[in-house]
Amino acid sequence: MPSLAGLFFWMNIKLENIKKLNVTKPLKLDCGKSIKDFPLAYETYGKLNGNKDNAILVFHALTGDQFVTGTNPITNKEGWWVTAVGPGRAIDTNKYFVICANVIGGCMGSLGPKDINPVTKKPYGLDFPVITIKDMIKAQESLLEHLGIKKLLCATGGSMGGMQLLQFCATFPDKTFSAVPIACSSSHSAQNIALNELARQAIMADPVWDNGKYVLKNVQPKNGLAVARMVGHISYLSEKGMQEKFGRKLQEKADYEFSFNADFQVESYLRHQGYAFVERFDANSVLYITRAMDYFDLSKQFKGGLVEAFKNQKTKFLIISFSSDWLYTTKDNKDIVIALNASGADVSYSEIITDKGHDSFLLDEPEFLKTLKGFIDSMYEKFKNEKRI
Amino acid sequence: MKNLKMKKEFKVIADLLPNNTRVLDIGCGDGSLMHLLRKEKNIEVRGLELNQDNVKECIYKGLPVIQGNAETELHQFPDKSFDYVVLSQTLQAFYEPEKVLKNLLRIGKSVIISIPNFGYWKVRTKLLLFGEMPVTKTLPNTWYNTPNLHMCTIKDLFNFCDEKNIIIKKVVGVNENKTSLIKKSNLEIKNLFSKVGIFLIS
Repeated sequence: MPSLAGLFFWMNIKLENIKKLNVTKPLKLDCGKSIKDFPLAYETYGKLNGNKDNAILVFHALTGDQFVTGTNPITNKEGWWVTAVGPGRAIDTNKYFVICANVIGGCMGSLGPKDINPVTKKPYGLDFPVITIKDMIKAQESLLEHLGIKKLLCATGGSMGGMQLLQFCATFPDKTFSAVPIACSSSHSAQNIALNELARQAIMADPVWDNGKYVLKNVQPKNGLAVARMVGHISYLSEKGMQEKFGRKLQEKADYEFSFNADFQVESYLRHQGYAFVERFDANSVLYITRAMDYFDLSKQFKGGLVEAFKNQKTKFLIISFSSDWLYTTKDNKDIVIALNASGADVSYSEIITDKGHDSFLLDEPEFLKTLKGFIDSMYEKFKNEKRI
Repeated sequence: MKNLKMKKEFKVIADLLPNNTRVLDIGCGDGSLMHLLRKEKNIEVRGLELNQDNVKECIYKGLPVIQGNAETELHQFPDKSFDYVVLSQTLQAFYEPEKVLKNLLRIGKSVIISIPNFGYWKVRTKLLLFGEMPVTKTLPNTWYNTPNLHMCTIKDLFNFCDEKNIIIKKVVGVNENKTSLIKKSNLEIKNLFSKVGIFLIS
């Protein structure tokens, strides 16, 4: 295995060769600061048709990136949503033009804390401004402009992707014909914030982190970052799903070792997930993105709350939740439905019954994928008709 | 279940509804009625449905549907947020039909309810002559597997509305392909010969 520093060097070289838009227009951030002339990395799949009515924007989750499907050219692993997006899949790239951008604050080519601060000529670290979900989607709106798309057929995303989508719809009420927020919430709960804080504290407790200054030394607080990822992984599974997958099974051994090695399969799984993550993700990015999620509270932005946020929505919504998701529960999702109903919006809602927890939206969950496909295909027919008139 | 229901009933409901209104269909099934209302009358439809397969079917058809239970989840719809709320042949299946009905009248400016009529002569005969719980086309289940908890007759619902000061605007009786207006004056006879009663109330 190459050294971590070497790996990052190699990753940075590869990051030079991906699609990037240089956003020249200054973006005023919620925190008061502004950024301009910054890179927004993105990827597209399929072809935009002549009428430009087949574009679907995907918003990625906390640890996702723009490489939705196919092979991620940086990690050489499968895209994070191959189950749903691709030729012949629910979001069929033979038919639709799929766009996904790396969020600002991320580490897959868009402006983030490991990039060079033009003022100091050194990597930002914690000098990077605190960003919000709203800042993320505003940056992505520039991409639509660049691609010449006035109105999307659909926008979708799960988890933090769903939050970006809700914000996108509230901020730009007529930029998308339809929207599918999946397994998300209109604001982070105390438990959501607590779990994110646990992840952040794990990173900060790693001495290598050094107040975020590790970026100057080309190292990574991998122990802290791995623990942060483990916290996440537990919250993505359900109790039942975890019990069924691992139970008390031992990892390639007949009996306890009477040590602190990974005796149990579940321990081994978490360690593997944790340490695989450090090879592709930046610790400071985790801090910034989890902070953006914690600050997210759509109702706070509008006098009159969530109902007001969705006022005058022409967008047709489908909200999907998963019965065993305890991170963004069915209730969290239903609250969005209630607000959309109260504002008179066109909204559908489906709860998918599954044991697979929050992660369900990334998995091959047939009922979910069929529902997603049915909705998008029917919306395409409507959108085409509307455009014709 | 909805597929088995008389198409005639949907036709009557559609005729009761003016064009270009906002309608909530409670227990919308696979969306057949919503589809009809949207296509024929340019009605802005919404559905509420419990069954996941039915929900999926509505979504495939591009019909807005919310998966949920009318017994417990009607609170999500604001007061008078619809011109009409339609409840087709499910009132009798609720634990608390009175509570549901109150909610429907809160959500809709008007409400259309259809009920399988337990006063229909074949139903009465079955019980009276054979001493068995009636099984008919409109009541296809047997006593042990019926979802119907609160069966009533057209007359019962008529009296109920009177008692609760609910305004009855129109009642239509349906028997096979024939429909007829039901009024207080012909209530007894229509209660005997209608398979289904459709009430427009507010």
